[in-house]
Amino acid sequence: MNLDLALDTYVAESRELLEQMEEALLAFAKGDCDADRVNAVFRAAHTIKGSAGLFGLDAIVEFTHGVESVLDRVRDGLVIMDPVLANLLLECSDCMRQLVDAAGAGDTGAVVEEAPALRQRLSVYLGEARETSCAGARAQPPARVAGSAGDWHISLRFGRDVLRNGMDPVSFLRYLATVGDIVSIATLADALPSVEEMDPESCYLGFEIQLCTAADKQTIEDVFEFVRDDCQIRILPPSSKAADYVDLITALPEADTRLGEILVSSGALTQAELEAALASQSDCDQLADVPGAQEATATNRRLGEILVSQEVVREPVVQAALDKQKQGREAKGQEARFIRLDAEKLDRLINQVGELVIAGAGIGLAAKRVGATEMLEAASTLESLVESVRDSALQLRMVPIGATFNRFQRVVHDVAQELGKDIGLVINGAETELDKTMVDRIGDPLMHLVRNAMDHGIEQTDVRIAAGKSAKGMLSLNAFHESGSIVIEVSDDGGGLRRDRILAKAVERGLVAPDADLPDREVFDLIFEPGFSTAAKVSNLSGRGVGMDVVKRSVGDLRGTVEVDSVEGRGTTIRIRLPLTLAIIDGFLVAVGKSVFVVPLDIVEECLELTPEARAETSGRDFLNLRGQALPFIELNQLFDIAGPRSPRENILVVRSAGRRVGLVVDQLIGEAQTVIKPLGAWFQTVKGIGGSTIMSDGRVALILDVPGLLEHVHRPASRREVLKSAA
Amino acid sequence: MVVTTDMTIYTVAELKPQLLAAINGSDEPRIELSQVAEIDSAGVQLLYLARREAAVAGRKLRISGCTPTVQEILTLVGFPLDEEAAA
Repeated sequence: MNLDLALDTYVAESRELLEQMEEALLAFAKGDCDADRVNAVFRAAHTIKGSAGLFGLDAIVEFTHGVESVLDRVRDGLVIMDPVLANLLLECSDCMRQLVDAAGAGDTGAVVEEAPALRQRLSVYLGEARETSCAGARAQPPARVAGSAGDWHISLRFGRDVLRNGMDPVSFLRYLATVGDIVSIATLADALPSVEEMDPESCYLGFEIQLCTAADKQTIEDVFEFVRDDCQIRILPPSSKAADYVDLITALPEADTRLGEILVSSGALTQAELEAALASQSDCDQLADVPGAQEATATNRRLGEILVSQEVVREPVVQAALDKQKQGREAKGQEARFIRLDAEKLDRLINQVGELVIAGAGIGLAAKRVGATEMLEAASTLESLVESVRDSALQLRMVPIGATFNRFQRVVHDVAQELGKDIGLVINGAETELDKTMVDRIGDPLMHLVRNAMDHGIEQTDVRIAAGKSAKGMLSLNAFHESGSIVIEVSDDGGGLRRDRILAKAVERGLVAPDADLPDREVFDLIFEPGFSTAAKVSNLSGRGVGMDVVKRSVGDLRGTVEVDSVEGRGTTIRIRLPLTLAIIDGFLVAVGKSVFVVPLDIVEECLELTPEARAETSGRDFLNLRGQALPFIELNQLFDIAGPRSPRENILVVRSAGRRVGLVVDQLIGEAQTVIKPLGAWFQTVKGIGGSTIMSDGRVALILDVPGLLEHVHRPASRREVLKSAA
Repeated sequence: MVVTTDMTIYTVAELKPQLLAAINGSDEPRIELSQVAEIDSAGVQLLYLARREAAVAGRKLRISGCTPTVQEILTLVGFPLDEEAAA
C-alpha cells in the first residue's frame, strides 16, 4: 500500500471525526449530554489515536491519549461532562486538528504550543495514578492497565453469517495469538442444531479463551474489529472477581455447569471458587427480590450487570445486522457504502460528459439536416441518455451544505464567548445540496458574514434589553433552492444597517453625490465597497473594512450575487445566490448580428417581439411598457458595439436576476441548448457581462452572458458603455 | 472414509452428507484427512458435528492422517485428537 495515500486518507478521516467530535462537544457545552454522544466522542478520539499509532504519529497518539482517558472516565461515570469540560475538550480537539493538519503536511514532529497546558488541565480529570502512566506511555499504544501480563478471559460467540461473509473465526484466533499467549481454547459446538437443520455454511461456533498478555482491553477488542457486528464478545480482565465469571456464565447461552467446567479446566477459576460463587449468586438472586438489596451488592456486580445489559442491548443489534445482510447485500462493513474519490477524477468525468453533450447535440443537428427519420430517433434517444448521464455525473459532485453550516456552531459558540454576548444559532435547510467546489469556497465568505453579524449586527445584551428585545441574540443560517440557483442567507436579529451612517460615509469618501437620492438597496450595497466600514470601533474580529468587498468578490467568482435586506432596529439578512453547478447550464441561444450569445435558461421569463409600435412608444428611452409595468431594456448590439443592419423583427428576452427584471433586445431567438461552460482565458477575466464561452454543436463559439454582472453595469450608466465595449 | 478435498466453506455443503453417511455406515467410523490441505472454521465445525453424531449413535469417531496444517488448526481450537491422528 502506498503509505502517502493512506496518510491522506487518515488525515481526511480524522478531520471528519474531529468535526463529529466537535458537534457532540458543542451539544455538551449547551448541557445536552447523553451516553450515545459520549460514546461517539470517545470512539472518534480512539480511532484518531489508534490510526495515528499505525503511522507512528507519536505526538497525536500522546496528546489524544489524554483526551481519550478523560472521555473514558466520563463513560464510566467517574467524571461529569459539564460545559467547562466540554470547552476544554473543544480546545483539545483544536489542538488535535493542528497536529493532524501538520501530519498531513508532512510535519510529523509538529509542536502545538497549547498542548502542554491543555494536558495539564486534562490531568485534573484523571486520577493521579493515570497521570503518571500517561507520561510513561509515550510511543507505544498506551496500556490502560499498567504493564504486567495477566490472564484475560475472552468469550466469543460468532454470528450465523460470519462464514458466509467471508470471515473465518479460526483466523481471528490465530491473530489473537499474536497479541499474547493463548493459554487455552475451548471450542463450544453446543449451538450446533440437529443434523437436518444444520447448515454447514452457517457458523455455530463459540470459543472460551484464556489469553496471557500485557496488552490492554482495547487491543484485544481490536483483534475482533472486523467481526464486531457479527459476534458477541465478552472480555474479562485478569484477576476479575469470581462473581464476574458467574455473571459471565449466566449471561452466556450454554448450560451453567458446562461453562463452569470450562472455566475451571482453563484455570480461570478453581472448583471451590466456582461453587462458592454459584452459591452466593443464587443468594443474590433471592435477595434481589427484596427492594433495596440490589444496591448492597451493586459494587460486586457491576461488571456482570454490564455484561447482562450488553446481552440485552446486543441481541437486537446483532439480529438487525443479520437481517440486513440476509437481504442479499455483500456485507463488507459500512465502509463499502462510500467511496473516497479524487476530486480530479470527478472533474475529468464531468468534462468528458460536457464534451459528450456537445457531440450529442452535433449528431442531433446532423440528423436533422439529413432528415433521416431513423437517425433522428436514435439521436433523440442518445440525447436523453446523455442528459441523464450528465445529471448523474453532476449529482456526484453535489453535497449537502449541512456540514459547512454545522462548522458555524463552533464559531458562534467561540465568538459569542469572546464578545461576551449570548448568541444562538439556528440552521435551516442543512440538507440543501450544492456543488462540492462551491461548498468548499463558500466557507470563507460565510465566515466573514457570520462574524460580522455577531460583532456588529447583534447588540450587547444591555442594549438589546433596553430596545425591548430578548437578551439572547439569534443568528440564522438558511439554505434553499430557488429557480435554478441556491440561496444562502445569513440573518441576525440585531440593530440593522444604519442607512444615514452609510450614506454619510459614502458621501465623505466621494462614492455618492451629497444630493443623491438612492433606494435602500443601493445604499446597502455600498457596504461591499472596498475599505468601507462604518463600525465606530475596530475589533479584532471585524470592522476594519476588509471583508465585505472580499465576500462580494468570492461570491462573484462563483458566478453568484450578494444582496442585503435590513430594517433598522430589527436586523439584517445577507442573501447569497449561487448557481447550482459551475460546469453545465441549460442555455437559451440568441443572435445579435452574426454573434450568438447564451443566456442561462433558468433566468429567462418570457420572449416578446419588439414591434415597431412598441419601439416608437419608448421614444428613445430605455424603458418599455410591459402589460402596464415599466421594463428597462438593454440593446445588446449597442452594448457590445455589434455593427451590421438591424433585424427587421427584433425580439426582447425578459430575464430576471436578483429580483430585478430586464429586457434584452436581440435580433433573433434561436432556442434552448445545453451549454458546457468553458471559462474565459486569463486575459478576458476582467471583462464584465460575459461569464464564459461555449462551443456550439456546429463548431462556432458563443459567449455566455453574465446577466447579474450585466445588470450591475447597466445600473451604473456612467461606466457601462466603456467597460462593455471593450468586451465585444 | 477418505476426504479428498479441502474442508472449507467452499466444500462443506458437499461434504456434510458424505461424512454423515460414513458415520452411519460403520461401527468404527474413521475419517482420513491425509489429502486435506486446508481446513477452516466451516470444516472444523463439520468435524464437531460428525463427532457428535457418532457419539449419539454410541460410536467413537477416529480421525487420522492429519497434515501438519490441519493438525495445527485442530490443536488450536482444541479438537480432541488421538495419537493416530497425525499423518
